Amino acid sequence: MLEDEPEGKKVTAAADLTQSKQKAERENWTRTLASLAESRDKQLFAQLFTHFGPRVKAYIIRLGMPPATAEEVTQEAMLSVWRKAHLFNAAKASASTWIFTLARNLCIDRMRKEKTQEYELPDDEVDPDTRDYGEQAVLEAQMKTVIDTLPEAQAQVLFLSYYEGKSHSEIAEQLGIPLGSVKSRLRLAFSKLKTHWEGRA
Amino acid sequence: MKISHHFDDATLIAYASGSLPQGMAVLVGSHLHWCKACRDRAREADAVGGSLLEEIEPVEMSGDALAQMLDCLDLPEAQRLPSTEPEVRSQKAMETGLPAPLAELLGRPLDQLQWRRIGYGVHQYDLGLEGPGATRLLRIAPGVSVPHHSHRGNELTLILRGSYSDELGRFCAGDVADVDTDVAHQPIVDTGEECICLIATDAPLKFSGLMGRLAQPFIGL
Repeated sequence: MLEDEPEGKKVTAAADLTQSKQKAERENWTRTLASLAESRDKQLFAQLFTHFGPRVKAYIIRLGMPPATAEEVTQEAMLSVWRKAHLFNAAKASASTWIFTLARNLCIDRMRKEKTQEYELPDDEVDPDTRDYGEQAVLEAQMKTVIDTLPEAQAQVLFLSYYEGKSHSEIAEQLGIPLGSVKSRLRLAFSKLKTHWEGRA
Repeated sequence: MKISHHFDDATLIAYASGSLPQGMAVLVGSHLHWCKACRDRAREADAVGGSLLEEIEPVEMSGDALAQMLDCLDLPEAQRLPSTEPEVRSQKAMETGLPAPLAELLGRPLDQLQWRRIGYGVHQYDLGLEGPGATRLLRIAPGVSVPHHSHRGNELTLILRGSYSDELGRFCAGDVADVDTDVAHQPIVDTGEECICLIATDAPLKFSGLMGRLAQPFIGL
C-alpha cells in the first residue's frame, strides 16, 4: 500500500519527478535554440526571451550592474542570441550554458570598455563528437541536482564566483578565510560536479 | 605541442565566472587555444554557470521589453570590425606563432616588440593592461634565473618559447604554471634557448632574498 511506503522514498520519488521535469525542460530549450538558427522563427525567439530574459537580467544585477543598465545589457545579450543562433552547437552546450556565456562576455566587455578580449572557447578542429541532440542538456540538468547537494561552504564559494563575479582574493577577504581555502573549496565543488558528469557521460 | 602542465580547477572556475583580471583571462584563453584537455574542463566550468543561470531567481523585465526586442530583430547588424573576423584572427595567430587571444592583443610577433632590459639576461614587455596585478612578457637568457619569490595572490605563467625548470618541475612551450601563496619558487632557464613567457598576477609578488627585493621595482610584477 502506498501509505506504508517509508517517507524517504516518497520524497525521492518526488525529487526524481522534479528532476526529470527539469531535464525535459532543459532539453526542450536546447532544441528550441537549435531550431531557431534554421527557422528564424520570431515566435520561438519570443519564447526563449520570455524564459531566459528575466534570468539573464537577474544574473547581471547580481554581478553588480544597476537594474536599468542590466535591462539594457539583457536586451543586448538576447539580441546576440538571435543573431548568433547559427553558432550554437547543441552537442557542446545546453541553451542555458550558451546564453550564460554570451551574457558573461557582454558584461566583461562592458566592464572593461575595450573589446580586446577573446573569451569564446575556440572550436576543436574536427569534432568527432556525435552525441545525441541535447545530451549535454541532460548532463547539465543532473549537475544542477548535484549543486543542490554541495556542502554549504562549497556552494557559497561557487555562488560568489558565478553569481557575483568575485575573484578568489575578494571571496577570501569577504569570508575571512585564506586564499588557499577558497581555492580548495572550489576544487572540491568542481570535482564533485565532474565525478557526476563523467560518471554519466 | 605536448603539454604537461595545466590549470588548477579553481582558475578555470574563475575564468568561466568572468572574475579574472584581463591579463589572466588572456593568458587562460591563450592556453585554451593550445590545450584541448583544458578546453574540455573549461566547457564544464561554463556548464556550471549554465546550471546556475537556470536556478537563479528571475527578475522581471519591463513590460514592453519583448515588444522592443522584436522590433530590433530586423535591424541591420552594425558593421563588424575586420580584426574580429575569425579568419583574420587565426591568420594573425599563424603569422606570429602565438595563440589567437595574445596575438590579437600584441598585434605583432614577439621578436618585434619593444623589449626593455631589466637586469642581467632578462628583458620585459609590459602589456599595460588595467586591473589588479600585472601582465608582462619576460624574455630570459639561457642559464639565467628569476629571483626566488613567493606570491601574495595568484600567478599564472604560460611558456611561449623555450623552457625553464623550478621546484615544481620542467615547463616547456604550451605549459602553464598556476601557483599562489602556498608556492615559493625560482625558475631557471634550462636549455641553450632563451625562454619567453607570459606572466599574469592578481597581486604583487613577494621576493624573498635581498637581490629579489632590489629587483622588484624593476621587474614590477
